[in-house]
Amino acid sequence: MEKSIEVHNLTVSYHSKPVLWDVDFSLPTGKIVGIVGPNGSGKTTMLKTIMGLMKPDSGYTEIFGQPLDNVRERVSYVPQRESVDWDFPADVMDVVLMGRYRKNNLFRRISKEDKRIATEALEKVNLLEFAHRQISQLSGGQQQRVFIARSLAQQADIYLMDEPFVGVDAATEDAILQLLREMKNQGKTVVIVHHDLQTANEYFDHIVLLNTRLVAAGPKEEVFTKELLQEAYGGRLTVLSKLGDLISTEEFPLREPEFKENKPEK
Amino acid sequence: MDPVFLKVLIGTTLLASSAAVVGAFSYLKGQSLVGDAIAHALLPGVVLAFLVGDGRNPIYLIVGALISGLIAHYGIGYIQTRTKLKSDTAVSLVLSTFFGFGIMLMSYIQRSGQGQQAGLERYLLGKAAAITMSDVYVFSFLAVVLLVGVGLFYKGFQLMTFNEDFASAIGLPVHLIRFTFTVLTVLAITIGIQTVGVVLMAALLITPSAAARAWTKSLPTMLLLAAMFAATSAVTGTFISSAIPKMPTGPWVVLALAFFGFGSLLFAPEKGWLSKRRRAAANRKKTIRENVLKLLYQQEERSGSEKVLSIADIQAIRAIQTDQLKFALHALKRLMLIVEHGNGFGLTELGRSEGRRVVRLHRLWELYLTERLGMAADHIHPQAETMEHIITPEIEELLVKELGNPELDPHQSPIPYEKA
Repeated sequence: MEKSIEVHNLTVSYHSKPVLWDVDFSLPTGKIVGIVGPNGSGKTTMLKTIMGLMKPDSGYTEIFGQPLDNVRERVSYVPQRESVDWDFPADVMDVVLMGRYRKNNLFRRISKEDKRIATEALEKVNLLEFAHRQISQLSGGQQQRVFIARSLAQQADIYLMDEPFVGVDAATEDAILQLLREMKNQGKTVVIVHHDLQTANEYFDHIVLLNTRLVAAGPKEEVFTKELLQEAYGGRLTVLSKLGDLISTEEFPLREPEFKENKPEK
Repeated sequence: MDPVFLKVLIGTTLLASSAAVVGAFSYLKGQSLVGDAIAHALLPGVVLAFLVGDGRNPIYLIVGALISGLIAHYGIGYIQTRTKLKSDTAVSLVLSTFFGFGIMLMSYIQRSGQGQQAGLERYLLGKAAAITMSDVYVFSFLAVVLLVGVGLFYKGFQLMTFNEDFASAIGLPVHLIRFTFTVLTVLAITIGIQTVGVVLMAALLITPSAAARAWTKSLPTMLLLAAMFAATSAVTGTFISSAIPKMPTGPWVVLALAFFGFGSLLFAPEKGWLSKRRRAAANRKKTIRENVLKLLYQQEERSGSEKVLSIADIQAIRAIQTDQLKFALHALKRLMLIVEHGNGFGLTELGRSEGRRVVRLHRLWELYLTERLGMAADHIHPQAETMEHIITPEIEELLVKELGNPELDPHQSPIPYEKA
């Protein structure tokens, strides 16, 4: 089967402290994939690196076998809800339309077609009646659905979502889940950063267990075992985190230049 | 009209409104101070432009300011990403360093005797009267550049301000957008400091947006309002300074802006102080009205028949100030919730239903507190007294559902539903 995402020996640091250390896995297409791990295990960093928002110290990521820039329009990204100021002067429609922005239409006005697609996306998340509601007046669950609608408006093939179930009521959680399953049935790939172990097994087909390093990646039946979960959630590896502190405070490079594993030139 | 006055009027109005439109995005991004820092940081560039070229040529000035401003802007960014300093520290560090350097250069020029005739002082506190005709041409051109720039980059600026990560993720040219925004900001400040000077420039960038934001929730409307507030302030400032001798233009423009700013905080709908006060007062009155209805309903409930109570009767049960009670009774009569019989008052069918609703909400909430929040039955009354006036029909429905259509409250009083 075609690989949706490939992560190759990825090392990423934040303020020169490693948050992901030699992580290597690939994901199938047409599945709901969970990136699961405790707080501070590098899940969001993983997503941001795949989206090109953070630069790796070493290694690379690919989407559908290509660098991100070649396939941007096939990838959609849903940031954490709390990462934006919801007091921004915009209504629901304004935000969903942002999903239609592209490099090549940046200087053009929003088209009728864009509006139609955005309306359709709003319908899918059941927010059509809120189209002209101020985003500051929405509940947490509604704000999350606005973000998902914006993502749907991108009409991508792969969706990366950062904690879409946080601060969301039970009804919205069900609605989102149903939507994700519909997307999967249409052959889309959905990758979700998720911290709640209780629900992870139920939601995902495929799981990446992360705790700074990769603990396991594979179909959930193989990954969701007591031993592996314990390994991921059983606290940090002391040696690894001590080394991380040293690298950060003593200004060591994370990788010596000749060992940077960039994508080999074709 | 006096040509000098006209020149100043046109120049100030153009620069104030275009600066306001550009500043709106800094304001929304919570980076109000960055504009202030860049304004201060322009000083060395402006002074050096004097040293190198002819001080009266605005082109030298703009290029000098642009270079200085860009260095400052990227300096702030560099410090933020490469060190662990907080962003306000980075901003003040750059502001003070550049401004200090600028002042140093200025005193050097002044000591060497070229400064006074060049009129460098005007960039510190602004001197609108010194605007020349060629300045007006340059300002008009720049104002058009700014407005067209914002119009062209509207989508980019909007998304970068709201959600920069998303803009990057969808592959927008974020470096280009950010660079354009910085250039526009520096240009706005460059023309701005002619009138209001380095020190007051931040007011021109930020205050119009802060005022406009209070009145609208739409970004295009906000930009338009900000430009209008700024233009009006510019006109006001120019008129005052020309009508009264020895009055400076810049500070008056800034004061007029402050008038709009504080006025908006006071009088804006919804968020304004006045409308908050008004809402609170309306709710206080509603509470008293509902308390009267509840009281009448409870008396009927107790006696099992319709009751007529006088003002004194009501006050014997619940201490409501006479004037407030009279006011509430008058309003209730007008709403046809009660009728007057002699000098007593009785419920109408509509009023009975309202009174029943308030009693129902009170008892539902008491039940919720004991059942769901595990509170003791003798602690719940005060909270229910407040909540009965707040709970909406929507929340009531949720409560009834969650409590499973309860019949009795924690004190064993029946919960009165509307008969189907």
